Amino acid sequence: MARWPKPAEGSWTEHYPELGTGPVRIDVSPETYELEREAVFGRTWLNLGRVEQLPKVGSYFTKELAVANTSVIVVRGKDGVVRAFHNVCRHRGNKLVWTDSPSEETQGSCRQFVCKYHGWRYDLDGSCAFVQQEEEFFDADKQDYGLVPLPCDVWAGFVFVSLADPPRASLREYLGPMITALDGYPFERMTERYDFRTDVAANWKIFLDAFQEYYHVPALHPQQVPPAVRDPNAAFECAHFELDGPHRVTSSGGARRWTLPTEFMYPIEVATRSGLLGPWETPDLGAMPVGLNPGRVDPWGIDNFQIFPNLEILVYRGWYLTYRYWPTSHRTHRFEGSLYFLPATTVRERVEHEVAAVVFKEFALQDAGMLEGTQMALDSGVLSEFPIGDQELLVRHFHTTVAARVDEYRQERTEVPVV
Amino acid sequence: MRLLPPEFAELESFAATWCLATESERYARRLASSMDEMQSFYDAFFPRLNEAIDWCDRFPLDALPNDARRLLELVYSLVMVAMAVEIWHQPRAVDSAAADLVRVHEPLP
Repeated sequence: MARWPKPAEGSWTEHYPELGTGPVRIDVSPETYELEREAVFGRTWLNLGRVEQLPKVGSYFTKELAVANTSVIVVRGKDGVVRAFHNVCRHRGNKLVWTDSPSEETQGSCRQFVCKYHGWRYDLDGSCAFVQQEEEFFDADKQDYGLVPLPCDVWAGFVFVSLADPPRASLREYLGPMITALDGYPFERMTERYDFRTDVAANWKIFLDAFQEYYHVPALHPQQVPPAVRDPNAAFECAHFELDGPHRVTSSGGARRWTLPTEFMYPIEVATRSGLLGPWETPDLGAMPVGLNPGRVDPWGIDNFQIFPNLEILVYRGWYLTYRYWPTSHRTHRFEGSLYFLPATTVRERVEHEVAAVVFKEFALQDAGMLEGTQMALDSGVLSEFPIGDQELLVRHFHTTVAARVDEYRQERTEVPVV
Repeated sequence: MRLLPPEFAELESFAATWCLATESERYARRLASSMDEMQSFYDAFFPRLNEAIDWCDRFPLDALPNDARRLLELVYSLVMVAMAVEIWHQPRAVDSAAADLVRVHEPLP
């Protein structure tokens, strides 16, 4: 029985007729992954982090992008501008910035980047500042040997790069009206961050799917409520779905957990006034942007924004989460999850945040626990097309979008005349 | 050596095991502990949880004396142990297989 009204067409999926209602192909083959590397990751804006990770002039971090066989340095320059460069020394191609191991990401702050190998130095704007024994380099001009930049832009404090240069669209055009309607949300005030990371033995799309539908919640996460109030026939229905270009959002709604009788919560939640959906007290953040809760769900729960290809922003009441999925092969990826809060001013507030971060991990471990099995079953090749329900509209849209981009790219490649 | 504020002296026997600064250490300790061990810690500390938080809050968050900081670490461990005791009834999340999720950055304390 529907708890939330569906569009006039009868379902959320039929509201977007181009998606159809038939089975959906979930493609984790190595051949498709090779195409996705260019068709998906090579042609979109990719979010590498937040501006708070670059608090001052000279702050930098590196990001390993196995999907593009590259490493990127993101750095704040003397002019305050955030720039991105391929992490490659122009002299003989050594990896420029790393700390303990060249395969591990690093962060810090510096005045210049110095290559460990022959001591070439680069200013924060990427220009080559020093060549050891410059007179031995014939008529080479070090002005010609700056670091190789990537298009880099910031939206709402999220730092994006494009592997395509020039990018196919500006960042704001790429994000489109549904996402940029979040302009003004106080992301920049939520500087208290908890970061999680794991390397997963599954295709990147499989974990992304796990966090873009809630249909799985009653079956996989029955423990989200204590046994005494567990309903064996529980269902989960989202209140709103919306698509905009390659991006997607769904919103949940309904009575907030902490307004229910205490038997619906675990003792640690009642004691700390925090838990599955975060702290019970919602800080006053002022007026919210029009893009938040786009379906005007009341009572509103969570907005789950999926920014193509691999960024998820989950906005809760007074805090938010991000997920990123970085492919490392056709059947492995690195997952990054972060929780962001207003900085705690008391121990009690800090404990509320800790509880939210601990409970988040518990249930995310159940999601992650499914991945290896899903990957193994898909690897068998027994099935490749699957029925996808109306609650899983975002899953349908995601795989359809990836497949369309892969097809387009495949077609472009075959259209190139063989010389 | 006394690790905790004297007001929480009866929890001293848990301090050496559970006063751990990072989530990674607390999670590892949970997976390495028996349910009996975690239940005794939980039973001893849970009734005084809010008292402990209030005690720590007599100081600024960024200037906790060492014994208060350790008490806060014990609070964090209680939260960690509560997941096993209240929700899963085993050290690991049910059906999490071999999954892990490593906390690589966190506010301290």
